[in-house]
Amino acid sequence: MSTRPFLELTDLCVSIGGISVLRGVNLMVARGEAVGIVGESGSGKSVTWLAALGLLGRKARVAGRVRLQGEDILHMPAPFLDRVRGARIAMIFQDPASSLNPVHKVGDQVSEVLRLHRGMDRRAARAEARRLFDAVGISDAGRRLDAYPHELSGGQNQRVMIAAALAGEPDLLVADEPTTALDVTIQAQILDLLREVRTETGMGLVIISHDLGIIAETCSRVAVMYAGRVVEEAPVDDLLERPIHPYTAALLAALPNVDGPRRRVTAIPGSVPDLVRLPPGCPFGPRCRRHTSACDAAEPALASVDAEHPGRRAACFHSSFAHARAPEHKEVVLA
Amino acid sequence: MTVPLLKAERLVRRYGVRHGFFGRKSTVHAVDDVSLTIRRGETLALVGESGCGKSTTGRLLIGLEPADAGAISFDGTVLPMPHEPGWRSSRARMQMVFQDPLAALDRHLTIREQIREPLDIHRFGSPSERAERVAALLSAVGLGTDHATRYPHELSGGQRQRAVLARALAPRPDLIVCDEPMSALDVSIQAQIINLLADLQAELGTAMLFISHDLRAVRQVSHRVAVMYLGRIVEEGPPDEVFGAPLHPYTQALVSAIPHPRRRRTERILLPGDPPNPMNRPKGCAFHPRCPIAGSACKLQLPALEPVKESRSVACHAVHGTTGGPAIRRLA
Repeated sequence: MSTRPFLELTDLCVSIGGISVLRGVNLMVARGEAVGIVGESGSGKSVTWLAALGLLGRKARVAGRVRLQGEDILHMPAPFLDRVRGARIAMIFQDPASSLNPVHKVGDQVSEVLRLHRGMDRRAARAEARRLFDAVGISDAGRRLDAYPHELSGGQNQRVMIAAALAGEPDLLVADEPTTALDVTIQAQILDLLREVRTETGMGLVIISHDLGIIAETCSRVAVMYAGRVVEEAPVDDLLERPIHPYTAALLAALPNVDGPRRRVTAIPGSVPDLVRLPPGCPFGPRCRRHTSACDAAEPALASVDAEHPGRRAACFHSSFAHARAPEHKEVVLA
Repeated sequence: MTVPLLKAERLVRRYGVRHGFFGRKSTVHAVDDVSLTIRRGETLALVGESGCGKSTTGRLLIGLEPADAGAISFDGTVLPMPHEPGWRSSRARMQMVFQDPLAALDRHLTIREQIREPLDIHRFGSPSERAERVAALLSAVGLGTDHATRYPHELSGGQRQRAVLARALAPRPDLIVCDEPMSALDVSIQAQIINLLADLQAELGTAMLFISHDLRAVRQVSHRVAVMYLGRIVEEGPPDEVFGAPLHPYTQALVSAIPHPRRRRTERILLPGDPPNPMNRPKGCAFHPRCPIAGSACKLQLPALEPVKESRSVACHAVHGTTGGPAIRRLA
């Protein structure tokens, strides 16, 4: 990791309509690094990045620091942010059809980015858009430039979105559930494309997903979020092998296997907490198998677990390498 | 073997589609020549990508819409269609669980009222027996009595899906059709519902048709699995065998595409091209434009779903050695 991170979020807090949805997020992304953000609905995984890029609108109150190569960009004026978004950090979303403008040709939408961020004229922009379409694997690129979003499939539209995101030659691409709306064989194509683009351009990547499998395939480091905070951060392989936070361990145990012996999945009891009525102390406490009275007294901070593993941090009073897997959780059965 | 609970033979379902207001009309074969059986107490899973016809097949089997061709028999007799006599009583024996539990529940009724409603409609026992049954169902799906008096919006997604399941189980159906019952739920809640379905199935012996695109969940709950592609079943067998050693090239790609944290990125089969358009079904084997091993016969002739050994069938020229191209491994 380089000495100065490319992007650094410090104590990022967001409240929307008086409800605290992000409660102090600390994260950093090195230049060219691939980081995964995993969490369930309401964990704040998307809000983190919308807030960091100033995309949340006026109703949201955002506090903390977002430093892009050392410079705080959080409360910068709109024209400044317009140059950051697209040219230095680009973002793509879950549903490509709703991110694209339905009444403009897809080629024009990519050309627009090229004219805005790279100052190309119409002709040069169209030629470059065509090259980008080729690069993201849109077959028959010349003709597809003049197609409208509804004429393309979901996978093709997501490729167009990726082409538009790459058009500004960003240093970092933030992909929010980029394949959730797609079929699994098309998901495999898009993940493959993202990996390929990264090796070719050296671009950094943040993948936001509820699926640890997707993150394991595309990222080297992962942050697990729960109820508006990061609860564990680790290199992907370490996290999968030895999860430290009980929530991470429980998430892994809840995933059924595709091969090997069929075993009963271990469900996490209860449900994701309501952000309006967070339990006292650790928000995972009520669902946690390692819960003690100390967990209700205060919320644990994200801290280094072990001096020998500086990349591993967890927010748990019981964090240590000694614990491995959650015990079987018994479901209620009909008498 | 005794009569299967549900037997469908050569089902076809077509939809007419008009391209634009004055455009030409064309026909979509949503379900094309699908035959399957479900035995008592058995869970059959239908898997495939969007547009493969798995949900339409589910709706045909339960009589929610009529098939254009083919026959369905339920418990040995022909399934009555909507508005035919006997349809209502057959409804009590088959229930459906949909993807979005909030949309499936009536938001003006409490959970208790919703679970009780099918018992009242189908005149199940005396009023006090109905109340007892509701209480038993609530505890069976892991809901407390305090949940019974609440309204759907007051419950979490997982609790709502439990309520939907309790309601479906209320009239003691012989068959439940679950259409993507987990995909609207959070990961940690999906595991709860997977276990609940497996437990209920084991305890009650209710037969189940489980429609899903999630192969991991399918493996966990089903006895047999049928893989669909463009309206047809292309492979069928026990899930461990079908996912462990898939025979059809499409199943192979589907299985290899599942991202899984514990499985390292190994040889993934990347399918070229887009998901198929049912309005523009390729000739011959519908999969051939994306198939890595398609031969000349695949472009011309539709492969039939034929057994390769007991309990396993596949519709692929390459497996049956009739491709005109390279053959792939056969089961011993």
